[in-house]
Formats: sequence, structure tokens, C-alpha cells
Amino acid sequence: MAEFRLPKNSRVQSGKVWPAPQGATRTTLFNIYRYDPDTGNNPRIDSYHVDRDDCGPMVLDALIWIKNNVDATLTFRRSCREGICGSCAMNISGSNTLACTRGINEVEKNGIVNIYPLPHMPVVKDLVPDLTRFYAQHASVEPWLHTVTPAPEKEWRQSHEDRQKLDGLYECILCACCSTSCPSYWWNGDRYLGPAALLQAYRWLIDSRDESTGDRLDDLEDPFRLYRCHTIMNCANACPKGLNPAKAIAEIKQMMVARQV
Amino acid sequence: MAEAKSPARPAERPLSPHLQIYSLTWTMAMSVIHRATGIALYAGTLLLAYWLVSLAAGPAAYAIAQDVFGSVIGRVVLFGYTWALLHHMAGGIRHFVWDLGYGFDYKSRMGLARGTLIASGILTIVIWVIGLSVG
Repeated sequence: MAEFRLPKNSRVQSGKVWPAPQGATRTTLFNIYRYDPDTGNNPRIDSYHVDRDDCGPMVLDALIWIKNNVDATLTFRRSCREGICGSCAMNISGSNTLACTRGINEVEKNGIVNIYPLPHMPVVKDLVPDLTRFYAQHASVEPWLHTVTPAPEKEWRQSHEDRQKLDGLYECILCACCSTSCPSYWWNGDRYLGPAALLQAYRWLIDSRDESTGDRLDDLEDPFRLYRCHTIMNCANACPKGLNPAKAIAEIKQMMVARQV
Repeated sequence: MAEAKSPARPAERPLSPHLQIYSLTWTMAMSVIHRATGIALYAGTLLLAYWLVSLAAGPAAYAIAQDVFGSVIGRVVLFGYTWALLHHMAGGIRHFVWDLGYGFDYKSRMGLARGTLIASGILTIVIWVIGLSVG
């Protein structure tokens, strides 16, 4: 059931405002969600003034700048800094996206940027959410090729047209921006697979080489796993790779109908 | 297929903010309003049922019902009911388009969401203009 209020231990309190760097002429205020598992205190919002003349253009640059220059305890995931690893997914100015591919100027409103962890997830520390269930859901769609016919001598062949059907699906980097932007996933994330896992489910459903389409559809034929999608479209708006999970889910629903007629 | 196991969340881990911080988009807002108007239609159906019952109960009861619906408050409620009905209908058409697999790109989905609100507003006013001018 939808539980709109945050649990008691999750309600966010005001935190520390760090002093502005001396001599900086162009600054942006970053309000960042902090949670320290070692203290047992509720999460809080800390504020940092970032010297824009000393910092790169991306939100991730600002986070690294804060960590290097102001507060070394600020914790976040990052790796590739070019939108391919999906580590730095977070909620920036109200929308989920990757910190590394989002420019500060794009999200700054009146000189302020608000940063939270991915929504409605258990927080390990600061901007690091626990993605265990998200990964388990991805694994549950068995995202690999299923075949029963004997393996060919060389590769499984596929026509250009069939290969093109995978475009817009295989590019997913599993950053979880889409699933954690989805209110249906917020309220029913324990039973609804969510846009990321369903996009991957569809990626294997329409793969011309896969031979367990029927079993895959049987597995999704469930009031929750697939049909909790209510086309709210936050997933498609959030995806930092420009993919469209909502459309993939609609295609799965169509496959469900098509096999019954 | 394997079952997605949800590992028990350690009790001490806080839940990150969600509704409190997420920016409202047109498609998200229209989804909420579709739900809300759907619930409002239950109340509206009760009004319709009351009107039909009064019709069956005889001229005296019917006259009272007409007075209730003809009052200022009654008309405001009926105006709201008309809008809820038409908005829910327009939303239904929007969902029908999506169920057919169309209108998923950014411009289309935002246009469909805005169009729902615009269409329901215009249709409500048209119906009331016709209704009031006819009598």
C-alpha cells in the first residue's frame, strides 16, 4: 500500500551550513542529503557553497570538489564520469539522473542545487542507496539467451532487422534512475518489477534468437510484476540514456494480448 | 523463472525521500488527477442514483431533488462532476492511445497529458453553455 509519509527514522532534519570559500566570486549553493549510519541520527541536509571558477561544469565535479575541499566525509558512488557505469545516479533538483552527465547550469535554480539519493530506497550512507532488491529483480528476468535447439557451430545468427529491434533496449546501464522515479515502484517495489527490469525483460522477449518467449511472458503475467505500470512516464523522463522503459512495458502488454488472439 | 527475493531491509536504514522531493511532471500530475477524478465519479454516481430514485418516488420527491441540484451549491457540485467525468474520459482515451503503442516520445506524451486537461476543460464549458441555454 502507498505510504506517503517517511518513516520516523527517515524524516530529514536541517544540518550544517558550511562557510563560503574565501575569495570566490561565483558560487552555487548545494543542499545535500546526509545520513551517517554510525551516529543513529536522522538524515539531514548540509549546505555547501561551491566555487564555480574552481570547479568543473558537471554536478559530479561539484560533489568531488566538495569532497576534496570542504567535507571529506561526503559519500557517493562514482566511477566512469562519462555516463556509462551508472554509479552516480541520484536525485538532482527533483529528477533522477547521473551526476556526471548533468551540467550544474542545467539544474541550478536561483543559484541552488538540491541533491538527494535515489528516491524511496534504503540509504546505506549519504547518497549511496542499497540497490540489492533492484539487482535481484533484474536477475529474476533471467537476462541472458535461452535456447533449446543445439548450439550452432559458430554464432547464433540474426538479421539486421532483428538486431535493430534491440536498439533502445541494450543500452541500459542499470543506474536505477527509472525504477526509483516511478511512484508505482515506490508503493509496490516489493512486487512490481519496475521499469528497468521490465525494459530488460522486453530486450530478451523480442530477441529473435531467444527461444523461451512464452515462458518469459508467463512469468510476467501477474497483476503486480508487469501490470503495476500505470504509464506515469517518470521512467522515460528520467532515463539518462534517453531510453523509454514505458514504451517497452507497453510492448510487453501488447505481446500478452497478441498471444491470446 | 527465478523469484525476485527482496532482502529484509535492516531496520535502522532510513528510506530516502520520494514524493516530498520529486518534481511534478505533466504525465505524473495527470496520472494523479485520473485517480482523483475516478474516485470523485463514485460520489457523482450517487448523485445520479439519488436523482433517478427521486424520479421514481414521485413528483414531490422529484421537485426536492430539482431544487437541490438547481441551487448554487448544487450547480457547483454538478459542474465539478461534469468536469471529473469528462476528464476521466479524456484520460481514458489517453491511456487507450498508449495501450495501442502510440504517443510515447517526449513531445507526444507531454502533449497528450496537457491535451487531457485542455479537452476536459473545453468540453465541460461547452456542455454547460449548451445546458444552460437550452434550459
